[in-house]
Amino acid sequence: MAQATAHHEEHEPTTTGLNHRKMLMWAFLGSDCMFFGSLIATYLVYKNRSIAGPLPEDVFSIPVTTVSTFVLLMSSMSMVLAYAALTRNSMKAFRIWLASTCVLGATFISFQVYEFYEFANYEHKVNCADVGVKELTPVKQELAKKCGTEDEHDGMVKDVVGLTPRTNLFGSTFFTLTGFHGAHVTLGIVWLLSLFFLSFKKGMVTPERNLDLDLAALYWHFVDVVWIVIFTVVYLFGVFPGF
Amino acid sequence: MTTIAFPIPRPTHPTGIWDWITTIDHKKIGVLYGVTAFILFLSGGIEALLMRVQLAGPEQDIVSAEIFNQLFTMHGTTMIFLAIMPLSAAFFNFVVPLQIGARDVAFPRLNAFSYWTFLAGAIILKISWFTGGATNAGWFGYAPLTSVQQNPGTGIDYWIVSLQVLGIASLAASFNFLVTIINMRAPGMSFMRLPLFTWMTFITNILIVLAFPVITVALIELYFDRSFGMNFFNVARGGDPVLWQHLFWVFGHPEVYILILPAMGIVSEILPTFSKKPLFGYPAIVLAGAIIAFMGWMVWSHHMFTVGLGPIPVTVFTITTMAIAVPTGIKVFNWMGTMWGGAMDFKTPMLYAVGFVAMFTIGGISGVMHSMASSDAQQQDTYFIVAHIHYVLFGGAIFAIFAGIFYWFPKITGRMYDETLGKINFWVTFIGFNIAFFPQHFLGLDGMPRRIYVYESSMGWNLWNGVSTFGAIVLAIGILVFMHNIVRSWRKGELAGGDPWDGRTLEWSIPSPPPEYNFVEIPTVYDRDDWWARKRREVRRAVPVAGGSGDEEEHDIHLPQPSYWPLVVAIGIFIGGFGLVYPVANYAIAIVGVFIGTVAVYAWSFEPVNDPEDGEPAAH
Repeated sequence: MAQATAHHEEHEPTTTGLNHRKMLMWAFLGSDCMFFGSLIATYLVYKNRSIAGPLPEDVFSIPVTTVSTFVLLMSSMSMVLAYAALTRNSMKAFRIWLASTCVLGATFISFQVYEFYEFANYEHKVNCADVGVKELTPVKQELAKKCGTEDEHDGMVKDVVGLTPRTNLFGSTFFTLTGFHGAHVTLGIVWLLSLFFLSFKKGMVTPERNLDLDLAALYWHFVDVVWIVIFTVVYLFGVFPGF
Repeated sequence: MTTIAFPIPRPTHPTGIWDWITTIDHKKIGVLYGVTAFILFLSGGIEALLMRVQLAGPEQDIVSAEIFNQLFTMHGTTMIFLAIMPLSAAFFNFVVPLQIGARDVAFPRLNAFSYWTFLAGAIILKISWFTGGATNAGWFGYAPLTSVQQNPGTGIDYWIVSLQVLGIASLAASFNFLVTIINMRAPGMSFMRLPLFTWMTFITNILIVLAFPVITVALIELYFDRSFGMNFFNVARGGDPVLWQHLFWVFGHPEVYILILPAMGIVSEILPTFSKKPLFGYPAIVLAGAIIAFMGWMVWSHHMFTVGLGPIPVTVFTITTMAIAVPTGIKVFNWMGTMWGGAMDFKTPMLYAVGFVAMFTIGGISGVMHSMASSDAQQQDTYFIVAHIHYVLFGGAIFAIFAGIFYWFPKITGRMYDETLGKINFWVTFIGFNIAFFPQHFLGLDGMPRRIYVYESSMGWNLWNGVSTFGAIVLAIGILVFMHNIVRSWRKGELAGGDPWDGRTLEWSIPSPPPEYNFVEIPTVYDRDDWWARKRREVRRAVPVAGGSGDEEEHDIHLPQPSYWPLVVAIGIFIGGFGLVYPVANYAIAIVGVFIGTVAVYAWSFEPVNDPEDGEPAAH
């Protein structure tokens, strides 16, 4: 009956011919744009206004985040393939691609957890030969004062100065923005996994009912697009001078 | 059968209170919204009266400074989020599907969810009176007044969580109404044939969808500052309290239009009906509404002229603020054009609607006065501003809502209100309102600041404060007359019939109160004022009677069935939200709430809109 009802729903005539639920999803995404827009705006307003602690150029590792960004973008591709497989009623391919999407999403979240942990326990290093030669961030300048004392080993000084949400404005804005993005991805994974397990129950995930997957996919792609903005504005603009 | 079975059976034909708890009928939800919001309106009114009594004379000691701070904060928050918005939502619910010729909203269960979540948010806010003090930092909660150092009690936390929960309710309702209006219009009901109230509902809901996420983020940041020691608004760590003001007013100014646009829609329905003329300049009024909504995003900093933004922003926001008066003026002139030369019939709704136009214009003009930054510097944080917002929000929004209540009362209840009592109610309220708030202009220009709980006799504010308090009491008597009228008429008013006002829009083409399925047959629309035109077209033959002939077959109409999952999700949100503020075992409580909510969301998604009914085949 659920199938029959849903079948009926999807063919219910609407004024525009568009499905109710799809239109609601677009309205929700519009709203979510303003949500992330406000978080990003807060981040940008407070950029370069931290008065202590590690800064983006101290902690960001662009290669690592590039890999996790790539992983997330690939998850969008597997999502497209999962949807295509479902519409041509190839359930096996659908399950493989949907599971891949979940795995890729989970990989991205693992990267994020690793990154958060790494930032919170960040070991800063200063090559004492660089003092006075290269421009150093405030944390490193502080650290460089130890050059020439017994803390210097092999021309280097090291210390753990972690970045947490409490450390400075950068920490508060960074963790809030990326944390809410991570929460969105996590919710997406839960949603996709629900569809994955439902697909083993007869008649719950079918080519005729592809709208259920379509909505999840729309959400998933949106969250990916938001990450592209975050990666550019927060990570790339954070480490390259001139921004 | 592939339905996943949940242990609790679905309500099939609930009666009595279960009918109201499990209802997903937009009309019943509209009534729930209206009654709940009116009770909350009364609570906000009592808060206001306590303040007015305290200020009636100099150096009074009826309430303490601490209580006074809580009173004005709760009064503002209550009236905006728990009274005017949900009263508007009551009309969205009841009227919009009827006006567009639909049987319900697009997502009936989501609609019930919106109501219950709104109730949860209201309870969380009001409960804070009894848990060690309500919020006391003003309805706008300026940083750093809200910081945990300045404000260690839980009042602010209750306020934050309550507004977040109310935000969820408002957003869910807005998505629902946007889809309903775009997607469920009757055949022939093009956008330029939409009734004005539906148009303004549409525009308002776009504003809610885009504005509420901004306050959500601001409140999240504030909550993180307070609960986790983050630095967003902590000046010692470089945080900037002005950022709060920006975020708040980027939400807050569109919010002003969220409050007033539905009111303008209501008035645009009533004036033509009681002037026996079509609305003058329909496209201009629609476009003006859209422009107001659009420009509403470009004026937020006029709340912050005295912050010290610098000459360029202040100039820009002065100009945009003056400019936004233009579309508002267009509306006022169109309303006057509608009445001009019309056969005006001053029934209570019409009195309130005309009162709205006059009072809102006064409030609008004082608004233009403080759009000028140099003038605003004199008026900022004085009673002049208090007078201004009460002229636009009470003389404006609430008058229009009262107009709407009287106008649609026969449709909602099937009974007429008492016209004599209605007129007494209007004049007492109108006179009381003006006595209460007009003198506040003088007090403001005389330099009396807002939010002070006591003043000295030598300041020369005694007379007008006394007059203002007297007016507030008259106003309260007007509201009592209103309540008496509504309660009495609901029970034993005369039967109204389907179309007591010679109405113009589709809701008057069906019986009062409307049957559960609204329209026996979905009408086809040929005109802007379709029902009115239909009556005129067919006048030489038989005049159409509201509700059709009654011979139509009704058993083919399938309505969505009741459900209690929306309520259970809202209970989950309530418990979860409560956990976020409760000082003991809060994470455990929050997790319980999240668990209940999650289970209910899954149950909801697996519950079909309709279970197979008796005798109906299980599949098509």
